[in-house]
Amino acid sequence: MTMLADNISLHLSGFDLLRNVSIEVEAGKVTAIVGPNGAGKSSLLKVLTGEMEPTKGSVSLNQQPLSQWRPQQKAQMLAVLPQHSILNFPFTANEVVGLGRIPHQTGSIKDGQIVAEALELVDASYLQKRFYTQMSGGEKQRVQLARVLAQIWQPCELGKQFLVLDEPTSAFDLSHQKLTLDIVRSLADRGVGVVMVIHDLNLASRCADNLVVFNGGTIEAIGSPEAVLTEQLIDKVFEVKSIIARHPVSKKPLVIT
Amino acid sequence: MRRFSASGLISALTIVLPVVSLISMTVGTVSISLGELFAADNSQVNTILFDIRLPRILLAICVGAVLSSTGAVMQGLFRNSLADPSLIGVSSGASVGASLTIVAAGGLITSGALLGLSLVAVGAFVGGFVATLLVYRLATSDIGTSVTTMLLAGIAIAAIAGALNSLLTYFSDNDMLRQISLWQMGNLSGASWTKVAIMAAVVVLLLSLFPRDSHGLNALLLGESEARHLGVDVQAVKRRLILLTALGVGVCVALAGLVGFVGLIIPHIVRLAIGPDHRWLIPASALAGATLLVIADSLARIVVVPAELPTGILTALLGAPFFFALLLQQRKQV
Repeated sequence: MTMLADNISLHLSGFDLLRNVSIEVEAGKVTAIVGPNGAGKSSLLKVLTGEMEPTKGSVSLNQQPLSQWRPQQKAQMLAVLPQHSILNFPFTANEVVGLGRIPHQTGSIKDGQIVAEALELVDASYLQKRFYTQMSGGEKQRVQLARVLAQIWQPCELGKQFLVLDEPTSAFDLSHQKLTLDIVRSLADRGVGVVMVIHDLNLASRCADNLVVFNGGTIEAIGSPEAVLTEQLIDKVFEVKSIIARHPVSKKPLVIT
Repeated sequence: MRRFSASGLISALTIVLPVVSLISMTVGTVSISLGELFAADNSQVNTILFDIRLPRILLAICVGAVLSSTGAVMQGLFRNSLADPSLIGVSSGASVGASLTIVAAGGLITSGALLGLSLVAVGAFVGGFVATLLVYRLATSDIGTSVTTMLLAGIAIAAIAGALNSLLTYFSDNDMLRQISLWQMGNLSGASWTKVAIMAAVVVLLLSLFPRDSHGLNALLLGESEARHLGVDVQAVKRRLILLTALGVGVCVALAGLVGFVGLIIPHIVRLAIGPDHRWLIPASALAGATLLVIADSLARIVVVPAELPTGILTALLGAPFFFALLLQQRKQV
């Protein structure tokens, strides 16, 4: 059970945004995508989630072409957290997270429980009745995270579930960065396939089973963080001199610049 | 900001609307007391009550409900709390349609009637619908309907319509001019049972189909791609809602002229009171819009007795200060 992009290319108004990219997101694993700005990371997420049609190649979800799932079925298996959200209507946090239950018919009592639990999980219970429009950037992002978590809160009978996160930690302080990575890990342990774009290489190294390094619209390297993160690669992709050390406790690669 | 309970507001309005309507039955050039209302045996009083006032009040209820509920829907669809149904071009198109009919048909207007409806109404409806279709077509490409393009196209259509309207007024004689400007002010005085029946059918259609897309509209507030990821067929929702709005507003404008402001402020105020959840916002807006229009129309009948004012003037005069107050209050909170 996977989310699979098979040899996809994406051309848009004369630009090659993606060139022959193949990537497999396995259920129960965390896949992190890193790469310089404009490398095509977000474009890849858009193609993977069906928001854009690839010019060439195909995308499938649980062994079936993505476009053949009905919208509601797809939403039961695949939740997507965008980088920015433009919500400017005064929903409360409870209501925003409740939107994540739209694809499901579980009834308002069950949904209410899930909403409360999801907010609790992202340390945002105190926001329940507060207006989204009056929250700080980090609070908004946590509420949005709770929304996508609520969307895949219970296992789905159609197939494995996947969570796509575009820079989920960008607005977070240290403790909420760690909280997010812990949530991502526990989701993967529950069998959810997680794919996320992340800029902090050390965060990526700490949480990813699979690290994908993107550069110029194509995959530069793919594999475990230990195998992928080398001084040569970081110099080549980011043009930054670095030293790769080992984390004293987790033994994961630690990028020092 | 403190919120009221949605069910509380809806229950309150369900009581207020009949009360207001009942009071409205008693006021006008001829004042009829509540006692006479129930014991009316006098045929002249009966005529005033059941051939003039009742259809007029029912028309006000229907028009108010349609304008406000479609306003709520458009504000959700455009993710802009300052949008109103006229943004999709329906009002501008309708006003050109009406002016064109008035000028072209000339003397026929007063005598010629089609199914009890004046030619002007048909002209307005056709004009409104054509303009909306044009705006929708312009904004729709292979990748879907662009809300921004629709807004811009709506503005362009309004500009063209304004120019055409000026051109038509330029070529009109005095009588036509008066008709055109009266029509543009919005007026419920021409109410008849035929108009009420048509409007009521539209109200039933809209209010029974809108709930189906309430969740979709809620999801759309997050953004289009977010709504898609929540399993909403965004393009289908847009098409349905724009079509229903064009139909609803088209019929309203055709039967009652341009009654401004109701579609803009009522959903805005109701949202401030109970929040943006469309499952409640749409029915509550419909009730509030109906109530406002009944009040405005009652006032229109009594402020300059024995004459009466066009209703559209009253809705703007009542609505605008309220809106100012809201803006001032919001400014303090930010």
